[in-house]
Amino acid sequence: MQLIFEKSKEGRIGSELPNLDVPKKDNLIPNGFLRNELNLPEVDEVTIIRHYTALSRRNFGVDNGFYPLGSCTMKYNPKVNEDIARLEGFALLHPYSPHNQGALQLMYELNEMLCEITGMNKFTLQPAAGAHGELTGLMIIKKYFEDKKEKRNIIITPDSSHGTNPASSTMCGFTTITVHSNEKGQVNIEELKKELTKDVAAIMLTIPNTLGIFEEQILEITKLVHDNGSLVYMDGANMNALLGIAKPADFGVDVLHLNLHKTFSTPHGCGGPGAGPVGVKEFLKEYLPIPIVEKTNENYKLNYKNKKSIGKVKAFYGNFGIMVRAYSYIKSIGADGLKAVAENAVLNANYMKEKLKKYFKLPYDWLCKHEFVLSDEGMPNDVTTTDIAKRLLDYGFHPPTIYFPLIVHGAIMIEPNETESKETMDSFIETMIKIKDEANSDPEIVKTAPHTTVVKRLDAVKAARELNLRHK
Amino acid sequence: MRFIPNTNKQREEMLREVGVNSVSELFKDIPKDVLIKSLNLPKGLSEIELKNELRKLGENNKITTSFLGAGAYNHFVPSVVSHIIGRSEFYTAYTPYQPEISQGILQAVYEYQTMICNLTGMDVANASMYDGASALAESCIMAVNITHRNEIIVPETIHPEYGQVVRTYCNAHGFKIVDIKCDNGCSCLDEIRNKVTDKTAAVLIQSPNFFGCVEDLKEIEKIVHDKGAIFVVAVIEPTSLGILCSPGGCGADIFVGEGQSFGNAVNFGGPYLGIMAAKEKYMRHLPGRIVGATVDSEGKKGYLLTLQAREQHIRREKASSNICSNEALCALAATVYLATLGKNLKRLAELNLQKAHYLAGKLKEAGFGLVYDKTFYNEFAVNVKDAKKVYKKLLKKGFVAGYLLDKDSLLLCVTEMNTREEMDELAGVLRN
Repeated sequence: MQLIFEKSKEGRIGSELPNLDVPKKDNLIPNGFLRNELNLPEVDEVTIIRHYTALSRRNFGVDNGFYPLGSCTMKYNPKVNEDIARLEGFALLHPYSPHNQGALQLMYELNEMLCEITGMNKFTLQPAAGAHGELTGLMIIKKYFEDKKEKRNIIITPDSSHGTNPASSTMCGFTTITVHSNEKGQVNIEELKKELTKDVAAIMLTIPNTLGIFEEQILEITKLVHDNGSLVYMDGANMNALLGIAKPADFGVDVLHLNLHKTFSTPHGCGGPGAGPVGVKEFLKEYLPIPIVEKTNENYKLNYKNKKSIGKVKAFYGNFGIMVRAYSYIKSIGADGLKAVAENAVLNANYMKEKLKKYFKLPYDWLCKHEFVLSDEGMPNDVTTTDIAKRLLDYGFHPPTIYFPLIVHGAIMIEPNETESKETMDSFIETMIKIKDEANSDPEIVKTAPHTTVVKRLDAVKAARELNLRHK
Repeated sequence: MRFIPNTNKQREEMLREVGVNSVSELFKDIPKDVLIKSLNLPKGLSEIELKNELRKLGENNKITTSFLGAGAYNHFVPSVVSHIIGRSEFYTAYTPYQPEISQGILQAVYEYQTMICNLTGMDVANASMYDGASALAESCIMAVNITHRNEIIVPETIHPEYGQVVRTYCNAHGFKIVDIKCDNGCSCLDEIRNKVTDKTAAVLIQSPNFFGCVEDLKEIEKIVHDKGAIFVVAVIEPTSLGILCSPGGCGADIFVGEGQSFGNAVNFGGPYLGIMAAKEKYMRHLPGRIVGATVDSEGKKGYLLTLQAREQHIRREKASSNICSNEALCALAATVYLATLGKNLKRLAELNLQKAHYLAGKLKEAGFGLVYDKTFYNEFAVNVKDAKKVYKKLLKKGFVAGYLLDKDSLLLCVTEMNTREEMDELAGVLRN
């Protein structure tokens, strides 16, 4: 498809601006500061709408079909939340406007709701994404130990952790040590004990982990870590499985982040914007970024006076538009709804796991939570996970997350979540079985998939070697 | 619950398939001591109740005539923008990990990267960052990695919230921050000359800066490069690029921007759009996603995420950044906005420039002089004695009179959205 630049014709315009309603002054900007070219496309409104509408049709979202992308919680995004986020009082409110009581009330109440859901004592809503939340949480941990004059520079992560965990740890100046999983896909406690030295600041746990498995010995792990004077960080990206079932604070978690764009149904927008609020226990409250919304007798206000605060990780207060959607979601479904989300998400995942494990290798065959991970081991005719994923495209499904976690050979990580019906899941299961049959009877059709998409498999090596990153 | 399709009957069938009698058995791997009965939250609301409640909350945020800028700008957003980003094929999709069914966003981001490079005079742009402030902080990490030096020069003419974010990131990394004073509204050149040394990793300059003044980028560039440091230029009000010289043209090595002005509402502070671009030689140090063009197995042109060897999901602790989610939908809004404005971006910038100078002239006539005698775009600081009191008075008259800079000055911003009548009225109320 042509680029918007290739549709440009000299003299076309896509916008009309009002005439200047004040007297024009000359030479307001010295010549040396002026630009002499402006290379942007010249296109009319009709061409723009057709161009980007055509592009949208080359894209696949949750509204187009089943999207079992593991660890991403691609649940349905309720439409009413979109309408509410676009209300004038939210969308057109300037961050420094003094007419902000409604916005501050919303932020305050969302903070309280997240505290109730997780058992933590206070949240910051400032981080813009999960990884941003991780960084914020680790900065809090770092500052806490600095204030205690303890030199602790190690973060422990299990090998099943999200890739962002070790990357965030490095960004915060920590050294990362990996502990391996045991045969049950859970933290190897004996190994953990050996690694727990006085240099360890915290352990970063994803609960449930990326195999979709709950750490059954969580209470023992957090006790070991605390006895060592270290803290427990929980990556709450997979909180969907625990809503209304259990509270991370009760596991012994000291710091955690949530992903509003996963668990709380805000749309992913092709990769963002999201929001990654960070919750802490009482003893870490003072370290949260500024400002924090407070409620007084008369009103809500922004408090910038947190002396021990790590500072700020983003301008203003965070992705407010995303907070509005999450708030609206929690209000929509309420306490019972949240619990139903977790119950249905977990039931759906276990149902698919039981059905599919008869046909595909399931290396960790236990009760799962929100997701489970299959392997491509034993696929006929050397058909790989990539082949299966690409063939799924031909059948109209978004593939699962693939090749992650790294501890499973050719991982196929499936997270159905609660907003999918049995019929949808059955149809996906049947398709997976069909692809396995094809791998036996007609492996070429699988290995050369996809066949029905607007482009076939793309040459990633060429893309990286002959870099073409903009239109010239 | 309306977002859960399965019926009780279906759930029973599924439980049988799993081999358990009840849903609670699915949670038997969680220690009993921590299981809870229910959450202490209200019951769910119907859509009617929800909308009523949220509408009321929204109405508690009164939208009035405003001269606020200071990092968030009230610009016109053409209807085409919201209609395109409102297409659910875009807004309900994840990061384009499966390029064959994500060509739409991938091509749009490729167009975005092209537009950003053309506007800023840089060679490579990434697919977006969280916002301008966090992008500026990431530019410090880039500069330290490139130069293997440890000092970051941060003038006080940078937006204070940006300065705080830079400090927070630099503290975590152990970088040293060196301050530069403000000299008549711009970064003090003499001080920059004295403080840029062979220990300097980066010099951060915002232009137009927090006080609205346009910095002499070409002059600063000489000092920075003379000492082998990285020149980072930040533009928080990017409509100014419609008339101002591109940062690349002024010698910037890394460009950082806040793209909210390009088709994104002010949204009480977010979501916004972190823009980041660099000269080609620093490309591999850029954080975040980058889209590249390639061909498919039949030779047809297509797009995918490339240079992924820099990223966290491949490199883990050795990645150039931990960024994963970004602000793709805001980048799409900016792309559609820039396509819609096209060459009219220059006219839009002129409207901003002229109107701001009109208000500045009117205020001068009314006895309120500018704090600084420097070139400005659409924002300026004005001397107002007892500014807080005046600000409150104006609030009662229905104006948000900008940003309170200190006890005797206000920072005012004028965009194409402000009319002559509003400006005359503001000057009139101030005079009295």
